[in-house]
Amino acid sequence: MATITTSDARLHTLPPATGRAGLRGALASEFTKLRSVRSTYWALGALLIVSIGVGALVMGGESGSLTHNPGNKAGFDGTQVSLIPFFEIGQLIIGVLGALTITSEYSTGMIRTSLTAMPRRGVVYAAKAIVFTSVTLVFALITSFVAFFVGQAMVAGTGVGASLFGNVKIPANAIFTGPGSPGSPPKVTLQGIDVISASTVLRAVVGTALFVTLVALIAFGLGAIIRHTAGAVATVIGLMFIIPVVIQALPDSWRWDIMRFFPDAAGRVISVTVSGGGNQHLWSSWPQMIVTACYAVGLLAIGAYMFRKRDA
Amino acid sequence: MIEVRGLTKRYGAKTAVDSLTFGIEPGKVTGFLGPNGAGKTTTMRCILGLDYADEGTVTVDGKSYPGLAYPMREVGALIDAKAVHGGRSARNHLLCLAQTNSLPKRRVGEVLELVGLTEVAGKRSKGFSLGMSQRLGIAATLLGDPKVLMFDEPVNGLDPEGILWIRNLMRAMAAEGRTVFVSSHLMSEMEHTADHLIVIGRGKLIADCTMREFIAGSSGASVRVRTPSAEEFVRAITAKGATAATDEDGSIEVRGMTTEQLGDLAFSEGIRLHELTTVRASLEEAFMELTASSVEYRADVPSDQQPSTTIGSGV
Repeated sequence: MATITTSDARLHTLPPATGRAGLRGALASEFTKLRSVRSTYWALGALLIVSIGVGALVMGGESGSLTHNPGNKAGFDGTQVSLIPFFEIGQLIIGVLGALTITSEYSTGMIRTSLTAMPRRGVVYAAKAIVFTSVTLVFALITSFVAFFVGQAMVAGTGVGASLFGNVKIPANAIFTGPGSPGSPPKVTLQGIDVISASTVLRAVVGTALFVTLVALIAFGLGAIIRHTAGAVATVIGLMFIIPVVIQALPDSWRWDIMRFFPDAAGRVISVTVSGGGNQHLWSSWPQMIVTACYAVGLLAIGAYMFRKRDA
Repeated sequence: MIEVRGLTKRYGAKTAVDSLTFGIEPGKVTGFLGPNGAGKTTTMRCILGLDYADEGTVTVDGKSYPGLAYPMREVGALIDAKAVHGGRSARNHLLCLAQTNSLPKRRVGEVLELVGLTEVAGKRSKGFSLGMSQRLGIAATLLGDPKVLMFDEPVNGLDPEGILWIRNLMRAMAAEGRTVFVSSHLMSEMEHTADHLIVIGRGKLIADCTMREFIAGSSGASVRVRTPSAEEFVRAITAKGATAATDEDGSIEVRGMTTEQLGDLAFSEGIRLHELTTVRASLEEAFMELTASSVEYRADVPSDQQPSTTIGSGV
């Protein structure tokens, strides 16, 4: 059995097998799969460029506005503003990758080959989820920190940029004291002090990365349920972008009661570092994150069930 | 050893495989024959656990396929050569499969060499021709040095050189003592490769026999006779216990007597013969005859021209 004579090539005898194929091999395999297709690099590259690039542009604009109109310094949340492109657009990009990780197996037919090699489907699903979550978390953290630092560098000199290494004091309120001369901003007096602690900033930067990772897992779970790239991506967009807009259109008495039960809300509270961020109808950061986490866990679990129960 | 017991698989209201029972013995090439839509691929998918059987069991060496310690070391299966992510290189495709079963990395290079894809190992497989994809798929089946090889329609769409390559490979694998289970809808492909045949039609077992039994049972030779005294001769033949049918062109088709017996009979009866020929059905015809009543999608043929004879059991 050591050689096959159909060509000059020789197959060496395999080392004897011990134990059984399990999670370890599946993890290595899923990592190989992720790193060996271009879509991974496109998605992660787009995540970095869009989140950091657009973040820098936004903060550059803010820098001008803060200098020109010092009244804008009151309550300026440098951390959140620098992270908005990351958690609004970046979540969608990484969501596409999350869906693709599983739907590309179905669209290409690779799933049949994958499950023939490793028919224990729970192991395959778990390995896929673990590898994807790990890679996404690492890239989300890198993106979040870089977007934050680049963003703060853009507003350096305004005095209201956030810091991870010390507390920053920003004016709490701006009182309008009269119109400025033509072409100039109105006259304002800055009142009160809001202290933004380094630990609050750290929570916002890390928490936003966690939020984006959870959204990616929501997309992964939807991918496993829908098994179709366009369908899964459209559903993620619906859940994260369309439903929030629809909710905004509802009467206040309704929307204030339900908006906290949707997965997008956490991104808007976890990234806030100033007091009175205007989210009084939402829960605080971590409870709101738990809501998003419930969606992720629930969809991952339904996806796991369907991945195992349906014919491949 | 693969054992299929009472396998039934339904897709909605359609029964693709209907209480199928058979076994695949080690060390030979078993041909899995049936017309398109007979349930061959479904059966193979159920063996591999890709589809879940509605009823019945399938075991490989006494275990269900998903329960095997290292599935790739037991079974190498190629159901669809295009079932790969086209964006992945041939090498990475094989590597990610090898890793699931903890197979050594050097094995990837070896199987690529064996199927002749070393030069394109770094290329993305979406640019591969069908023949190259087929070779990549076969390389994957060999990664685990499996005892059983399973191929679904491996020569579909291949050029003659590719067909010959696969045929030789299957023979070499069987010669090494492996079990080869290969499906086809063409008897001609099996004629020189298979030792054993499993024939199905509309999801049901039609025949499970050795190739020799199949040939013996189906060649059902008949003799064609032309004579100016057809009626008289038919009477004589029937009196001898054989069957004779007169065709439209006036020739007689005789079953149950050899040309020698018929010649002697004609001589003793004083009947002139204009033709006396043995008509031997080819394997392809025998297979067509066998499966005619169970073809899933059939061109519209007037019913009086449809063959009605069946050989074997289960129909």
